[in-house]
Amino acid sequence: MPNIQRLKNLSGQAHIVGVGESNKIGKVPDKSPLAHHSEAAINALDDAGLQLSDVDALFTAGWSTLDVGEYLGIQPRYTDSTSVGGSSFVIHVAHALAAIAAGYCEVALITHGQSGRSDRAPIPRNPGAPMSQYEAPYGIIGPPVSYAMAARRYMHQYGEDRTRQAMAEIAVSTRKWANLNPMAYFYDKPTTFDDYHNSKWVAWPFHLLDCCLVTDAGGAIVITTPERARDAKNGSVKILGAGEGHDHSGISQMPDLTRAFGRNTGPQALEMAGVTHSDLDLAMVYDSFTYTVLVSLENLGFCGPGEGPDFVASQRTAPGGDFPLNTNGGGLSYTHPGMYGIFTVIEAARQLRGQAGERQLDKCDLAVAHGTGGLLSSTGTVVLGTD
Amino acid sequence: MTNKTPKPQPVSQPESDRYWQGLKNEEIWLQRSKATGKFQFYPRNFSISDPETGADGIEWVQASGKAELFTFAIVHAAPHMGFVGEVPYVTALVQLEEDVIVPTNIVGIDPEPENFVIGMALKPVFEHSEDGHTLLMFTSA
Repeated sequence: MPNIQRLKNLSGQAHIVGVGESNKIGKVPDKSPLAHHSEAAINALDDAGLQLSDVDALFTAGWSTLDVGEYLGIQPRYTDSTSVGGSSFVIHVAHALAAIAAGYCEVALITHGQSGRSDRAPIPRNPGAPMSQYEAPYGIIGPPVSYAMAARRYMHQYGEDRTRQAMAEIAVSTRKWANLNPMAYFYDKPTTFDDYHNSKWVAWPFHLLDCCLVTDAGGAIVITTPERARDAKNGSVKILGAGEGHDHSGISQMPDLTRAFGRNTGPQALEMAGVTHSDLDLAMVYDSFTYTVLVSLENLGFCGPGEGPDFVASQRTAPGGDFPLNTNGGGLSYTHPGMYGIFTVIEAARQLRGQAGERQLDKCDLAVAHGTGGLLSSTGTVVLGTD
Repeated sequence: MTNKTPKPQPVSQPESDRYWQGLKNEEIWLQRSKATGKFQFYPRNFSISDPETGADGIEWVQASGKAELFTFAIVHAAPHMGFVGEVPYVTALVQLEEDVIVPTNIVGIDPEPENFVIGMALKPVFEHSEDGHTLLMFTSA
């Protein structure tokens, strides 16, 4: 089990000093996934006032750090290709904190790049893996089908109508945030509850507007020591708490379809940071689907099992509401190349540094970023705070 | 299109040969721990309820086929080219009497949400494919 006392000593021992996206995100057929990695890396390093030659630790998922390191032309002394789905990059933040505190490295670069929309050569899955053997032949393939079955079970346990209403609330409130973010795919496109209910079925009970975008994008984060963070060009953000883990791969092996691993990583991250839910000013919660948000808020402990629909009611999570959630517009309405997790951290860092433009929160000193990966399989949670 | 994309086929592994062979004979064979009596799905080379004993701790037992619906989805957007001609189709997780959950399809029921009730009784349908493998599907009992 995690040793909370030792983790508390680790709290704040590394800072995020740079974040960035690739130059253009959305529909970008003229850029490869590695081009998205490199653009985002250079943009995040520039945000930090650093260069590629300063980087001594590399973290990525989907791709191997071998490929990304070679493409970037760097020779890292610490390497981590932990790849457990879209949560991986949140987990990388925790790994970078530990590696920096232990002395393995000083400037950690986390990169992500994926052309979910335009990729000429998507990464194939291992046909011998249990998921391929037992689920794929039945057309249980890809996230929408699996998450839809989890959502249907939640509806059975906690009520279909109130679950449906909650999913609609999340879709609409997230879009309102996207309408404040010029980088968002749906920046210029408002949506209504009617639009939600009228959107086509993807995998019942999911409408199209329950599902995240599929885009081309890259993102990157630069993390360094508290000492070097003092020189950060645009300010820094402390990494205060973290948790990670997983409890299955394929959806048919999930121990409880209504309780994901955030039930462990959320409380751990908060305890390590020494904060409680009411201290938090912002929640960035991976929204692969509306249901993912609903279940994650419960798992993180913002409310109890089955209470999510009441928690998100009446556009409480929209701009102006008292629970700011996914202020970049989320995977639902900002961008989602396939493994979105890094963008939860990027947005949290921007809000904490007061650089979120029109969508900037009046007060943002503490934020939680929570990634979910695979088929509700893995989670990574970090608590971030102003320096 | 003349070259229709095939559906993904199960690639049987040494520990699952008996399961897939059983389905060809229209039988459901599951692994059970000798020590704990707990069934498991999918087949492994040890029992996850009694890891220490290893492969010797496992026995194969034929399942009754009694099952109920645990959850489902109705797929409208094919997630793979092999399923383009199949939509809408029903995916499900089904709980067997032996207290394991299997991923599957529900067939023989009009794919509208109101026709499916969590907990409804189901019975197996063995779907033999032209390429020689058999899938375990379910329909109303």
